[in-house]
Amino acid sequence: MNKNIGVYVCSGCGIGECMDAEQLVALGSDEGGAAVVRTSPAFCLEDVQLIRDDLDSGAVDSAVVAACSHRVNADVFSFGTAFVERVNIREQVAWSHPPNDPETQEIANDYLRMGIVRAQKAVAPTPYTEAHERTVLVVGGGSAGLAAARDAARAGYDVVLVEKGASLGGYAASLYRQFPKRPPYRALAPIDVAGSIEQLQSLPNVRTLLEAEVVETSGQPGRFTVTVRRDGADELITAGAIVMATGWIPADADTFDAYGRGRYANVVSSMELEAMAARGSIVRPSNGSPVARAAVVVCDGKGDDRHRPYGGNVSSLVALKQALYIREQYPDSIVYVLYGDMQTPGPYEYFYKRVQEDEGILFSRGDIRSVTENGDHDVVLEVESTVVGGPVRLSLDLLVLSEDMVPATADAASGALSLSYLQGKELPTTKFGFADSHFICFPYETRRTGIYSAGSVRQSMDLAASAQDGSAAALKAIQCIEQASAGAAVHPRVGDLSFPDVFLQKCTSCGRCMQECPFGALETGEKGRPVLDSNRCRRCGICMGACPVQVISFADYSVDMLAGMIKAVEMPEDDEDRPRILVLACENDAYPALDMAGIGRLQYAQSARVIPVRCLGSVNSILIADAVSRGFDAVMLMGCKAGEDYQCHYIRGSELLETRMQNVKETLDRLALESERVTVAEVAISESDKIPAMIDDVVQTVKEIGLNPMKGF
Amino acid sequence: MNEEIKETGSSTHRSILIVGGGIAGITAAVEAAESGYEVFIVEKEASLGGRVAQLSKYFPKLCPPYCGLEINFQRMRGNRRIHVYTLAEVENISGVPGDFDVTIKQNPRYVNDRCTGCNKCVEVCPVDRPNTFNFGMDTTKAIYLSHAMAFPRKYAIDDSVCQLTDCGKCVGACPYGAIDLSMETRTFPLKVGAVIMATGWKPFDAARIDNLGFGRYSDVITNVMMERLAAPDGPTGGRVVRMSDGEPVNTAVFVQCAGQRDTNYLGYCSGICCLGSLKQATYIREANENAKVFIFYIDLRTPGTYGFFSKRVLDDPNITAVKGKVAKVVEDPGAGKLVVEAEHILSAEKVSVEADLVVLATGMVASMSDGRPNATIGYDADAFVLPDESSPGIFPAGCARGPVDVATATQDATAAAMKAMQTIHQARG
Repeated sequence: MNKNIGVYVCSGCGIGECMDAEQLVALGSDEGGAAVVRTSPAFCLEDVQLIRDDLDSGAVDSAVVAACSHRVNADVFSFGTAFVERVNIREQVAWSHPPNDPETQEIANDYLRMGIVRAQKAVAPTPYTEAHERTVLVVGGGSAGLAAARDAARAGYDVVLVEKGASLGGYAASLYRQFPKRPPYRALAPIDVAGSIEQLQSLPNVRTLLEAEVVETSGQPGRFTVTVRRDGADELITAGAIVMATGWIPADADTFDAYGRGRYANVVSSMELEAMAARGSIVRPSNGSPVARAAVVVCDGKGDDRHRPYGGNVSSLVALKQALYIREQYPDSIVYVLYGDMQTPGPYEYFYKRVQEDEGILFSRGDIRSVTENGDHDVVLEVESTVVGGPVRLSLDLLVLSEDMVPATADAASGALSLSYLQGKELPTTKFGFADSHFICFPYETRRTGIYSAGSVRQSMDLAASAQDGSAAALKAIQCIEQASAGAAVHPRVGDLSFPDVFLQKCTSCGRCMQECPFGALETGEKGRPVLDSNRCRRCGICMGACPVQVISFADYSVDMLAGMIKAVEMPEDDEDRPRILVLACENDAYPALDMAGIGRLQYAQSARVIPVRCLGSVNSILIADAVSRGFDAVMLMGCKAGEDYQCHYIRGSELLETRMQNVKETLDRLALESERVTVAEVAISESDKIPAMIDDVVQTVKEIGLNPMKGF
Repeated sequence: MNEEIKETGSSTHRSILIVGGGIAGITAAVEAAESGYEVFIVEKEASLGGRVAQLSKYFPKLCPPYCGLEINFQRMRGNRRIHVYTLAEVENISGVPGDFDVTIKQNPRYVNDRCTGCNKCVEVCPVDRPNTFNFGMDTTKAIYLSHAMAFPRKYAIDDSVCQLTDCGKCVGACPYGAIDLSMETRTFPLKVGAVIMATGWKPFDAARIDNLGFGRYSDVITNVMMERLAAPDGPTGGRVVRMSDGEPVNTAVFVQCAGQRDTNYLGYCSGICCLGSLKQATYIREANENAKVFIFYIDLRTPGTYGFFSKRVLDDPNITAVKGKVAKVVEDPGAGKLVVEAEHILSAEKVSVEADLVVLATGMVASMSDGRPNATIGYDADAFVLPDESSPGIFPAGCARGPVDVATATQDATAAAMKAMQTIHQARG
């Protein structure tokens, strides 16, 4: 399809003083075949109207604006549904290369050529708008689930709450008191589970299903189909989004083997103590007699790597609370609190101070050497490294061990959504086993779009935090429903209406796209070919990068388009001073870093030609082979950090790149080219200062190994 | 996004006022706007980002805050439901949930929305000012951009130092007519249905703690200054060196609870400073492979999975955590070094460490400890906003509610946005 393209060359912000705008104008009309070409000293001001008029009059249907980076003035250069391509000749040309230099001019010329190709090949996406279900499904009726259901309902959405137990409330129902809620943060607070349940039941748009479990979840945001089983009968529920608030379970009892739990009658868990406190009868379980001496141990996981590499969020507070329980019932008792580091952040410090003021509660740091029992079933504790040295021997009526909170997902039978996704039944978890987001800035974003986790299944937390978490996850569910009904992507490419389109006739059913999608958006269809659940897709393009036969593309982003842009670069023949380096830069971090290099007026090699990509994972290896066979002397893949603390917004982009690089090396070997020509450069968004050296290194490599011998073929 | 530098846009009842444009305010704004609500951010500085923009890295991933800000700014750029007022403060909030009348005071920027960010004004400006973004460790011109990622990308003039019309060089240099030295403070009304207080925190004034030497010795710095030192766009270009002579840091001492958990200063625990120092220990080690780091603490507060981060950092044999309270910091003028004296808690012995750099892990003070708007808002004794019926229709988020880390602030902000949305739905349908 031939489009009527308008080319608009801005000369403001130093562009006009750096390069010959007339050359760009000529290029636009002659080589680029633009229907209209205009210049302005500042297109972002009054002259933006010229572009709008051209679009309104139908003189052009797409605008190529050669000016500043797309990262600024997005609202100015936005004209309804018209395709706008921003050619960055400010930050990445005028501000980062010497003025009035033919090589600098050549960069701008190449970028304009690339922009015109992109505008020619891009098609306005037609969004997928077939998923309109607005019900929020909440799985789990504990603190987090109750809050999520209540808040979603109060915000005007229908809610179905599924709880596997016979009643709502979760663990809160079996706790005696909660941590202080109000200033001066000294007194334990009552727990009003009945009030929360009553409040929920008063909402007309909440349907609660007790003794029910999810046996299958399929579909996508805006149209999940969930099978709920109750009394042996299955019911199909459609939901727009899901909040998973399945909570926690106690760790296996053998976690506390060394502390005598299960072996000695008077060693109890914190949950057992809660139950005793709630009944008002804290006693020695061995004989029901009163407690005069007790110890509460903060098992915060430190120095105890047997079970998990992290501590509890609440075990210190639980220990403080329970020391008070015992003291409340037995004013003459002595309670030892044994701990490593007391974790009482924020105003909980005041609570800690209040417990310290109690003369019957003795605090000591200490490592437990042994727990044994004497003939009277007293618990005998040997503690080392206490404040008074050690070892110290304590004979106790009761030893309380803080319960180890493990996310419900750890038990496959206890909280699964039973996802009918090719990539597995479970919600993917972090390295700690929590169904949590990997990102500090973007909580609740799991790897299953439209499913948001809340409460202790996400991180161990207290009741107040769980309720807060439920509210927040409910918002994410609502937001996803709103975006899905418009066919728009959620975080991070919010509002993107495009989605991958598979040209099935040429698909070889290799399954790579289905396996590599970080979000499980592609399922197996007829003849093993992929079927897309559009609203699961986050538009990263990793499937496009994965496809060995290049049949996956987006309306405005494709292998063909990127190949066209690569081809558009004018390749100097055999000039050692003019190598060409293709930089494929991730739009999330690397491209902004390149912009910031320009803002800081850092200069880098004029041989680089930058193309932003959605994710390095979207780079199909054929593009690299293409670039090399077109004569590029080197290719840099500039992206974010891989590994355990990866920064890829699409989870797997940088990781997948490593395996794909293997293919690339093989391709280069086949072409008898040096594998050093293709490199991966890891750059954080804040590291613009490192960019000049990174590019110079590649230029140096080219100098050493020589220009690409394929040049000119 | 609408960068409301000029005249105010329209306002509706189905909208949320967000006071503060740091990570909590930005998060609440983006989350609510993408859920279909109109939001108005009122930020007192010239650009958004707040305290996180000043951080070099986040714990525990040691990733740059700009990464998350970029995505959030990208989301804001594409969303016309988000309105931003910079250099603005909320003076008054009256009314009831669903129907609040707000008065906003906006200070003059002296730069209008014709600014393209070209930097020509800075090239001619003759006046320097201490760079508050870098805690005064370097200077900017009187017309400035807060930092490399400043958003909106529009310059601003500091009228406490600018000679305004007596100089006017920038007016002549600006090709776009973007500088307007006649701008005045303006006050305007806004109608909203709910309010989110995301007013954040400010660093505790370390000079108040006499025995720790801050303000007396230039190599005693605070944790927030340390972030700027390590930041690639900071005053030293990311070189972690001694402030006195620019020499490398061979031994660094971190002083935990520099004011926190002490009823003379801050009675509460700031929650993030232990993790902050563990993180900053990695900055020192990255800058100098032979450097030694000592962290003096009372309790190493690394709750939950952060314990994993703590272990990873302390696996470095050159980083030592010492359970002990620092008594004082003095200077050994002959050696040009600082001497940190502390008590080892377990052995009750006095210890003394010679250091090139001492970092005070100071705490977070609620911004609302002064300059509160006239409104029905409940505060606790430490000026944190209470999340309860004492503030009807007004919800705290992030460090306005209590001292929290970034991860908690973003969760909190999302929850606050939900509360604001349902308040509006309940009141107005």
